Amino acid sequence: MNAIILSALLGVVMMFSSILTENRTIIRNIAIAGLLILLIGNLLNTYTVYSFNIDSHNMLRFDKFGLFFNSIAIASTLLYAILSGSDVVKVGNYPAESFALIFFALCGVAILSSYNTLLMLFLGIEIMSIPLYILTGSDKKNLKSNEASLKYFLMGCFSTGILLMGITLLYGASGNFNIESVHSTSNAVTTSYNYGILAPLGLILIFISMCFKVSAAPFHFWTPDVYDGAPSVFTSFMATIVKAAGFIAFIKLFSIRMADLGPSSSIILSTIIIATLLVGNITAVFQQSVKRMLAYSSIAQAGFMLFALYGNNDLSSEGILLYSAAYSIATIGIFAILIKMKDYTFDGYNGLAKKQPLVAAANTVFLLSLAGIPLTAGFFAKYYMLASALKSNGHAVLWLVIVAVLFAAVSVYYYFRVIQAMYFKEGEAETTEISSKFKAGLVVMAILIILIGINPSFLLNWFYF
Amino acid sequence: MIPVLLILIPLLSGLVTFFLKDEKAAKSWSLLSSVITLAVVFSGLFIYDHNSESNFNAAWLPALGSSFSLSLDGMGKMLTLLTAISFPVVFASTYKNSYKESGSFYGLMLLTQAGLMGVFVAADALLFYFFWELALIPVYFLCSIWGGEKRIAVTFKFFIYTFIGSLLMLAGILYLYFQTPDHSFAIKSLYSLHLSVKDQNIIFWLFFIAFAIKMPIFPFHTWQPDTYEQSPTAVTMILSGVMVKMGIFAVIRWLLPIFPDAVAHFSTIIIIFSIIGMIYASLIAIQQDDIKRLIAYSSIAHIGLMCAAIFAHNRIGLEGVLIQMFNHGINVIGLWIVADVIEQQLGTRKLSELGGLAQKAPVLAILLVVMALANIALPLTNAFVGEFLMFNGLFQYNVWFAAIAGISIILAAVYTLNMVQKIFYGNTVSITANAVDAKNNVQWILIVLVVVVLLLGVYPQPLINLTKDTVNIILVNR
Repeated sequence: MNAIILSALLGVVMMFSSILTENRTIIRNIAIAGLLILLIGNLLNTYTVYSFNIDSHNMLRFDKFGLFFNSIAIASTLLYAILSGSDVVKVGNYPAESFALIFFALCGVAILSSYNTLLMLFLGIEIMSIPLYILTGSDKKNLKSNEASLKYFLMGCFSTGILLMGITLLYGASGNFNIESVHSTSNAVTTSYNYGILAPLGLILIFISMCFKVSAAPFHFWTPDVYDGAPSVFTSFMATIVKAAGFIAFIKLFSIRMADLGPSSSIILSTIIIATLLVGNITAVFQQSVKRMLAYSSIAQAGFMLFALYGNNDLSSEGILLYSAAYSIATIGIFAILIKMKDYTFDGYNGLAKKQPLVAAANTVFLLSLAGIPLTAGFFAKYYMLASALKSNGHAVLWLVIVAVLFAAVSVYYYFRVIQAMYFKEGEAETTEISSKFKAGLVVMAILIILIGINPSFLLNWFYF
Repeated sequence: MIPVLLILIPLLSGLVTFFLKDEKAAKSWSLLSSVITLAVVFSGLFIYDHNSESNFNAAWLPALGSSFSLSLDGMGKMLTLLTAISFPVVFASTYKNSYKESGSFYGLMLLTQAGLMGVFVAADALLFYFFWELALIPVYFLCSIWGGEKRIAVTFKFFIYTFIGSLLMLAGILYLYFQTPDHSFAIKSLYSLHLSVKDQNIIFWLFFIAFAIKMPIFPFHTWQPDTYEQSPTAVTMILSGVMVKMGIFAVIRWLLPIFPDAVAHFSTIIIIFSIIGMIYASLIAIQQDDIKRLIAYSSIAHIGLMCAAIFAHNRIGLEGVLIQMFNHGINVIGLWIVADVIEQQLGTRKLSELGGLAQKAPVLAILLVVMALANIALPLTNAFVGEFLMFNGLFQYNVWFAAIAGISIILAAVYTLNMVQKIFYGNTVSITANAVDAKNNVQWILIVLVVVVLLLGVYPQPLINLTKDTVNIILVNR
């Protein structure tokens, strides 16, 4: 509860802070302080030290999994604000607005990690998405940003509509919004009415809408344009924290209800996984702009995260937390560096290692992590995903795992193109000014990635603490 | 403690090397580090030669069933010895070469050594996978930064190839992990697995493709000649001398004992591919004009024989493979050293542009001839013992296979002697007219290698004794 209330309050505080000051640095520092408070508040809640006690009539339920995810999301946002905060406040005329919206989005994230009824799921998704529509269009004079915002908004509305329809059908079938207490199938048996197709159809609609939100193929078409058009700082936020929250919501519901989709559920899921991996990886190979490549790579990473749904066991819940953390940290770092580049194409990175050896080294660690090379957090993230699928399904899923690892090898191709540009090619690699604080932040994140990569219990122990 | 030291010394000293700005300092520091590692290996062989010293076990990822467990058996000892010898030899023989940003170069070299050591001593499948990758990443950077003209594309091909292989292996390791009753990656648990034949036949290939790419076995060999040619010679020596042994080592340690039925089932087809590769590589080697490419193809041929002998799966063949792993490492490094001397001094690697070097560099000529004779496995050289045992093993498996594979010996003589002749004999040409003999450091290194070649050629028993326990474990587990 702490995270939900505090983030909403802090959002309001951010809004009013622009009345008091126009100074961008102060606003950034207020935001960082706010995120720290939010993180502490959530940690207090996690370890049951103190939390606001509001009876939500079981519409929200705060379990360790959700609270731990909140901490990861808030901590990632904190890292994001520290690294890219000075770039956030550069976008638009009213810098405080952006941070206010980020806090509101975090409020949505916190609801999504703790919802217990479909109504709350809907509210969480809306609270998280609406600030993002605005953030995407926050570069008001840029046509691409406007286009992306409109596209995102329309697609978002569309998928929310589908979500609502699905919720309605489920409500019709079971008579309440609770996500787990009523199993549609058992309900249909105990009552004299047979609702037949209602519940599975509703679930399928919700499933489709969630696929939209996490940009799983074939519902991914909005992703590249939106990610490319949005100001890079906000793409970074969308592609990491928001996406991971979408996955948490997805998994929370379908870890319980997947079976209700019937025996075909694993076929549907494996089709979507393969389609997502295929579209994300193959298209990313052909990109010329690093930013667009990252958009497609985020689709590809979503394909791996879907394995958590496939596995649906203790390994997958640990794994999705690890994946969220590993993926968020690495992507935030890569985007923070991308924002400093003057040229977003691969060639723009040529010779970066000579000019900024530390930045290039950190970027390499982040890219290796996304590619899933051992000794980085990304390896264990992928490891947990594959292991969770194999643990539940054994033999039958081996071919899917093999397909996934082959796509992971494809991903090496486009991630390493950046490394090649930085280290092996000659060039100018023009950047805006890079402060030593920024470098220090990058190094801390790179060390974090390697630490988790050597021993993931470094992170996961907190989960059981 | 010995295996821990073998990993830690190169790892830590490698990390230090990155910060050494002075080229001299970086060189001497890494040479010193590699000599210390060699000393540790020797102390493990002769002084601390008991179980408590050669095994190490510490908690790493208890939740995943993986531990940081290392152990040194006979095969491990032999290959760590080879690794430990190779690095000082490489550093010393290329001491006069200069590299831009030499701190990073030597740092990456030492990291590679740490990875290689780890692969040879790991007694836990996940740990093995970690080291397998750790050995690959630094090599990728070494070749891409300091390599020849086409280095970026060539090295990338090499990286993607091996990475695909490792990922397939990872899938296989994960599958095996869930088959073990106690959910553990420990080598003991994997050895005691009894997989169904159907499972074995699938998982076997996941592992074998990874190892076949690394060795490389026909048709997975296409990355190899390009990479050997484009890499800086110091890296090529490590690649061909030690790194390809990772593939052979892994087959013996991780494949034969875990998938006995699949090995029996697929051995014929794999031997056929190995033999095709041997003949094919030998024929191409005859056509080569570039010394580096010639040695690269000759290396494919030799590795092919080792792979065939492994899958013949009998005692004599396995013994041959084990000692040949060591011998091939020594011989091929010797050949690379000569190639490097010629390239550094004369600026060309083309056989057609060379000639008459023996008149100018008699010492180098004598040393190369011994190395070349070892390459064609002449009696009294170390390679003869290994190849004889391997052919013997193959003969017991199938006479025809041995006969066809035997053609490669003749072909080896053709290309090797042809190379010696074109470089050293005949009249001097303009390039070689002002050549001088190899420098002292190179001469001494080559002399040491030649002594090893002859010594092991006359008296190979120590190597056979060293690896006896490994052979027993592999064959008993069947």
